[in-house]
Amino acid sequence: MWPQAVAIGLVIAGGVASLVMSVGSFRSLDETRAAYYERYQFADVFANMPRAPRSVLDEIAAIPGVAMADGRIAKLALLDISNVAEPASGLFISLPAQGEPDLNRLYMKEGRLPDPLSDSEVVVSGGFAQAHGFAPGDTFSAILNGKRRELVIAGTALSPEFIYAIGPGDRMPDNWRFAVVWMPERALASAYGLSGAISSVSVTLLRDASEAQVIDRLDAVLDRYGGSAAYGRKDQTSHAFLEHGLDMLRNMSTTIPPIFLLVTAFLVNLVLSRLISLEREQIGLLKALGYRNSAIAGHYLKFVLVIAAAGIIVGSVAGTWLGVIVTRLFGTFYQFPFLVFAKNPDLYALGAILSLVAAGLGASRAIRTAVVLPPAVAMQAAAPPRFRRFLEFLPSPPRFTAQPGLMMMVRGLWQRPLRTAMTAFGIALATAVLIVSLFTGNAIEQLVDVTYFMADRQDATIGFVAKQPANAVLQVARFPGVLAAEAVREVSIRIRHGSVERRVMLSGRGRNADLSRIIDTNLRPVILPESGLAISSYLAGVLGARVGDSVEVDLLEGDRRTVVLPIAALVEDYFGIRAMMDADALARLLREAPSVNAVNVSLDQSRVAQLYAVVKGTPAVAGVALKETALANFRSTLAVTITTMAAIYTNLAAIIAVGIVYNSARISLSERARELASLRVLGFTRWETIRILLLELTFLTLIAQPPGWLMGYGLAWVMKTRLAGELMRVPMIMQNLTYVIASAIILLAAALSALIVARRVNWLDLVAVLKTRD
Amino acid sequence: MAPPVFAAKDLTKTYASGDVEVRALRGVNFEVGAGEVVVLLGPSGSGKSTFLNIVGGIDTATSGDLRFKDIDLTKLRERDLTRYRRESVGFVFQFYNLVPSLTALENVALVTEISTNPMRPQDALAMIGLENRMHHFPAELSGGEQQRVAIARAIAKRPEVLLCDEPTGALDSKTGVLVIEALLKVSAELSTTTLIITHNATIQDVADRVFFFADGNISRIQRNATRRRAADLVW
Ligand SMILES: Nc1ncnc2c1ncn2[C@@H]1O[C@H](COP(=O)(O)OP(=O)(O)OP(=O)(O)O)[C@@H](O)[C@H]1O
Ligand SMILES: [Mg+2]
Repeated sequence: MWPQAVAIGLVIAGGVASLVMSVGSFRSLDETRAAYYERYQFADVFANMPRAPRSVLDEIAAIPGVAMADGRIAKLALLDISNVAEPASGLFISLPAQGEPDLNRLYMKEGRLPDPLSDSEVVVSGGFAQAHGFAPGDTFSAILNGKRRELVIAGTALSPEFIYAIGPGDRMPDNWRFAVVWMPERALASAYGLSGAISSVSVTLLRDASEAQVIDRLDAVLDRYGGSAAYGRKDQTSHAFLEHGLDMLRNMSTTIPPIFLLVTAFLVNLVLSRLISLEREQIGLLKALGYRNSAIAGHYLKFVLVIAAAGIIVGSVAGTWLGVIVTRLFGTFYQFPFLVFAKNPDLYALGAILSLVAAGLGASRAIRTAVVLPPAVAMQAAAPPRFRRFLEFLPSPPRFTAQPGLMMMVRGLWQRPLRTAMTAFGIALATAVLIVSLFTGNAIEQLVDVTYFMADRQDATIGFVAKQPANAVLQVARFPGVLAAEAVREVSIRIRHGSVERRVMLSGRGRNADLSRIIDTNLRPVILPESGLAISSYLAGVLGARVGDSVEVDLLEGDRRTVVLPIAALVEDYFGIRAMMDADALARLLREAPSVNAVNVSLDQSRVAQLYAVVKGTPAVAGVALKETALANFRSTLAVTITTMAAIYTNLAAIIAVGIVYNSARISLSERARELASLRVLGFTRWETIRILLLELTFLTLIAQPPGWLMGYGLAWVMKTRLAGELMRVPMIMQNLTYVIASAIILLAAALSALIVARRVNWLDLVAVLKTRD
Repeated sequence: MAPPVFAAKDLTKTYASGDVEVRALRGVNFEVGAGEVVVLLGPSGSGKSTFLNIVGGIDTATSGDLRFKDIDLTKLRERDLTRYRRESVGFVFQFYNLVPSLTALENVALVTEISTNPMRPQDALAMIGLENRMHHFPAELSGGEQQRVAIARAIAKRPEVLLCDEPTGALDSKTGVLVIEALLKVSAELSTTTLIITHNATIQDVADRVFFFADGNISRIQRNATRRRAADLVW
């Protein structure tokens, strides 16, 4: 019973560990975020405009539902850091002349706030400082409104607004190339000629205020200042990404641990039923001697409890350890003042209770059979099963009678259809769990492949501070090292279908754009339709719209009209949701001359240094997004997190597999020990005996594979669906190799279990068997 | 005289369980000739089963010599003992030891599949008069019928020796007679050397010779001038 107990204990430990890890790290992140938002006054609604008088804040504060309004200047600018070739960008945010900002306050990591009267002192974001090894007193340059300035770092800080800080055009945080720079209002205003003015508004809401209404009123107030539509936390980059990360964690924690608990119940039932039927006679004897049912049930419950307790302890320790790893991983790309894995006692209690319930459920049925047996019946050996003829209506197949070993297996399985089905189901489940875990890891590679090598093939995207006339792309094409350049015009829109509305970017691009291509849902590059929108297929799902449907689009720039456009194509993409259309059509829609916000370029890698130098001297450029660094960033942050989780789950799945397969093999050995010993006496060699024993395991393992693949695909689909969000998705591409690897692992587990069990065939006591009755 | 099928010299078997030594066999000497029917009698614990198990190659002696024709069984390795059992020995036990998931026919086929010169399983069952019950499972047969299936299984490979440990022990007397009858019939037809352990002294009349066991040794050997037919036995 020892190895079986260990196998059950391990599965329980796996369940507890996955629960503690996923729920624990979810909670750590969630609670830390809530506390941080609260203490540092993270705003609820945000709006930007080129310029508005500071007095507009009074008007905004008077909007019903607004608790507090804060205004500031926010400008994107290029940074020039000595010894750093590639151009970095900084988001410059003004600090009030006195004290701290009312909203989106700073957590000072090092140093102090800048002197309000200084022209050069700034506070920079902690991640950026860390990436460059900057400390208070260090300097770097920035090109503010075309003019180069030396800046001195007075301090480093974190803000609830930039927990997840993404530079322009980037998908992942890159602390090397993106900084948030807080600068005294006086200095920033004078650089941009914005004295007495603001360009960004943040608002907190009263408890029961309607966000939508406040946004509408805010838009009305800011309309005269050319404000682009206000948005809530949902569309605030940092918050949205954090929310998505939390969603993924939450969904993982509700998908995987239940599978473990199910397997736990199943294994406990399997092993305990077997144990009880082996000990039937003792149970009968004990009862005849006057032991009460409760005492007998207690005995087996104690056995289960001890195993469960050991599993819970091991699982709690392992889960805490894994949780610390996962939380630390999150800490590498979420910038929190503090983020530690919260060891909440109630979580461990929950893990323990759920495991006990699962084990108890598994045990209850088995124990009941022990308890209900009248002592006299229990003391006799169980009646030999009445075997049915296999498929009686068929003539007995001659090949079967010639293979008594095969016949024994078929009848054994046939005899106990429930157990056969359960065991096969268990093995299939293990295969399925392996497939999901492997799938999650693979999906990341698929995502990289489709995103960076099929769709966005540009080496870099050069973004402008404001829209430029169409010929800007020709200038960029003449930059050193630029081999090809394609213009992109981006405009914020609200897209609406029925009652569902989303705020997304609409990008206009050349129809034959070859660097940044459009990939359809069959993963083939397609040409942008001449008219109408191409939208992310996920967005189409959110909107409930199909190709051919018309959607309403609020243009949030220029004359801010609302237009109706048909959806002409669906795009398969995995980051964000977006809409695209032909650049000329977009220009007509916006009633403007063709313009560009960004240029996609392919580069001659040997001349990038010269390109960077030129870019740094071009004030119109706000930033350069580099594919290579984006990809490296993606791999080292989010991808690592997901693949780490996937690897953890793969290992846990392997434990399940061994647990189920080993237990099945072990049980069929103890059930058939007598029969096998008889075979040995009759002159069967060890190998022949082992073959008969393992035939069943082999058969069960093999027939479990196809349903395992199906279930694996299903679970992967569930996983994919549950992990999908508007910010990121994983593709549902299942490689055949995944099935092969999963099955290979299961077969290996089966072979190892078989090996261990087969060795026991050598120890069969032939003489002892002959002395006892069936 | 033809060379004996079995010849043992100073055969001993000692069980060491804990610090207690049980000397189950204390230097047994005997010879058994080809085609002979031998009945083993003796009080419980006198070493009969131990003796038969060693002769049948499912247990090993602690010391002494045991020859099967010109093979020294005490020197055989596990693998060769298996081959010896497979090719030369048929067993019948008190508790039948049939495989419950196989029909009578299949239980016999189990053995014929792995032997070199077997009869057809159907023929083996016919010899013991069970040709009508071939497709029944053990649970569908009476104890006596099950024991006859076990006999068919034991003789289907045409073994040179047939070893029976209390074959009638679990049966009533009438059924016991039938079983012994079947046993002797086939062993005669195949001229199999047959050793039968029993607690039923009347069965000794069917034997060529009777070995009386006591305290781990053969205390006396009795030769019957004439063998009675099983049907004439009275319990
Ligand atoms: N595995 C064992 N360990 C220790 N002692 C054993 C073992 N098997 C048998 N013995 C002892 O060896 C002796 C001979 O046992 P054996 O089974 O040969 O007796 P038997 O003559 O067949 O008795 P019965 O007629 O009751 O079957 C007995 O004293 C028994 O207790
Ligand atoms: Mg005995």
